[in-house]
Amino acid sequence: MNMKILGALGALALLAACSSDEATNAAATGAGGSGGLAGSAGLGAVRPGSQEDLVANVGDRVFFDTDSSQVRGDGRGTLERQAAWLARYPQVAVLVEGHADERGTREYNLALGQRRANSARDLLVANGVSGQRVQTISYGKDRPAALGSDEASWAQNRRAVTVVR
Amino acid sequence: MMTTHRRGLILGGAALLTVPATARAQGSAPGAVIDITRARTDPIPIAVPALAGGGRGADISRVIQANLRNSGLFRPVDNAAFIQSAEAAAATPRFQDWRVIGANALVTGRVEDQGGRLRVEFRLWDVLPEQQIQGTAFTAPAAQWRRIAHLISDVIYERLLGEKGYFDTRIVYVAESGPRDRRTRRLAVMDQDGENNRFLTDGSFQVLSPRFHPNAQQIVFMSYFQNQPRVYLFDMNSGRQEVLGQFPGMTLSPRFSPDGRTVVLSYAQGGDANIYAVDVGSRGSRQLTSGGGLDVSPCYSPDGSQIVFNSDRGGDQQLYVMSAGGGAARRISFGRGRYATPVWSPRGDLIAFTRISGGQFGIGVMRPDGSGERILTEGWGMEAPTFAPNGRVLAFYRETRASGSRGQGYSARLAQIDIAGFNERQIVTPTDATDPSWSPLLD
Repeated sequence: MNMKILGALGALALLAACSSDEATNAAATGAGGSGGLAGSAGLGAVRPGSQEDLVANVGDRVFFDTDSSQVRGDGRGTLERQAAWLARYPQVAVLVEGHADERGTREYNLALGQRRANSARDLLVANGVSGQRVQTISYGKDRPAALGSDEASWAQNRRAVTVVR
Repeated sequence: MMTTHRRGLILGGAALLTVPATARAQGSAPGAVIDITRARTDPIPIAVPALAGGGRGADISRVIQANLRNSGLFRPVDNAAFIQSAEAAAATPRFQDWRVIGANALVTGRVEDQGGRLRVEFRLWDVLPEQQIQGTAFTAPAAQWRRIAHLISDVIYERLLGEKGYFDTRIVYVAESGPRDRRTRRLAVMDQDGENNRFLTDGSFQVLSPRFHPNAQQIVFMSYFQNQPRVYLFDMNSGRQEVLGQFPGMTLSPRFSPDGRTVVLSYAQGGDANIYAVDVGSRGSRQLTSGGGLDVSPCYSPDGSQIVFNSDRGGDQQLYVMSAGGGAARRISFGRGRYATPVWSPRGDLIAFTRISGGQFGIGVMRPDGSGERILTEGWGMEAPTFAPNGRVLAFYRETRASGSRGQGYSARLAQIDIAGFNERQIVTPTDATDPSWSPLLD
């Protein structure tokens, strides 16, 4: 269900290219082939090694189940591609932001967001990225990506986002 | 930006006025005492006419009436029903006139402007036996007339209910504005009734979880200053803030010990979060938990001997109590759902918490051993209870669910509720508001 929604949002975003929110949703797919699509759609010059490059061609975020900080199968693929992308741009350092949905208490969600950021970071490191290149931060439930008070929004908000520093 | 409230109000030795020996209450007020630890009681009808002497007299009585009404334990009689004039009552109350309009208690007084300072004397009367219960005079800078009204309210509350009041207090909170994905969050402080609101930070960095020091002059809070989420100390007088402790990662959910010498907080380490005690003087820290989970939101018992906190070490969020020195913790929450944000009552008898169950958030209380759980209020979103210093009232924040995909309709507002579960009311703030922390009684 979630995957379906995310997929649909991703497709929309690629067509609409590229307000920041939509770029964000595009990244939600973590779709491998999006690089070619982006190129053929003529999205303009995306600087290699930039956040835009990461979002458009790799996927900048992974998602979590309620109250979980385990990276799901789909997210593992995204993080592997992020690690490969980071191997291509060794000068790039990133900040992994952990987030939670609004259905928890603020302080616990700060800690949960940190645990999610750490989970994502651990997988980047396990895929060969130097730990020194990957910082983490948590915003808990206080910086949602989707603003609705519904399941679809919450699924978008339980996330770890990799941000080029 | 900061004002020195603590030293600003010089109470001219809050002098007891001459009270006839026969009229002095022995321990408690005759006729009007209720047991406030019991569930809901009928509010006491009380008449608070304007204090005589003009000037701030009417304003002060209005603030007193609002305080008493908002407590849910008093019912101020409508001014329109008064028979005797305020001036005449201040000289000599004609008790018959107050009895027939249903007042059990009467407050009279007089305001005297002494060149920039106010001298306010007031008397509290028990209408049925026609006795003075209390007579007190305060002097203070005229600008602080509201504090005089709060102090008088506290005296009335204490004399008629036998428990200390909570009106001469402040609430520090997070003032929120802007869309939810780009929220501005500022520290703000106000009187407990929402007046005298001031912003303490400018919104250039996010703040969360402010809590008062027991002297109400310092605040400990979490800030994203320079994008480093850390616990900070903030001095209300100087406006200075400084990071607390030498932690290389995120620190959060701070709270002072009852003596103000220690801050207990949570430190995110690897995938866990553990509770640490930081000595405010030396800045040395000591790790108190290592349970292999997320341990957050610690709060001392009022005697400083124990700490209640929130942990998911057992799988989901529950409440645990341990010694203030750390060591083994015992779980105290066993109801249905997840439990969070525990705060110990200043009276020691209860722990308030947030419960998330069946898609609803609720605010509740239980005894420190986990027995006697009661949910006071429930709804789509609410959390972060904080006790008034007398332990009788909780403030918290309540959220209204977004109705649209762009977050339309979302709001967060402060509310208060009696621990018996009645008299829930909003505390009006200029902006959205979260994370309230109630100060002790000011002095």
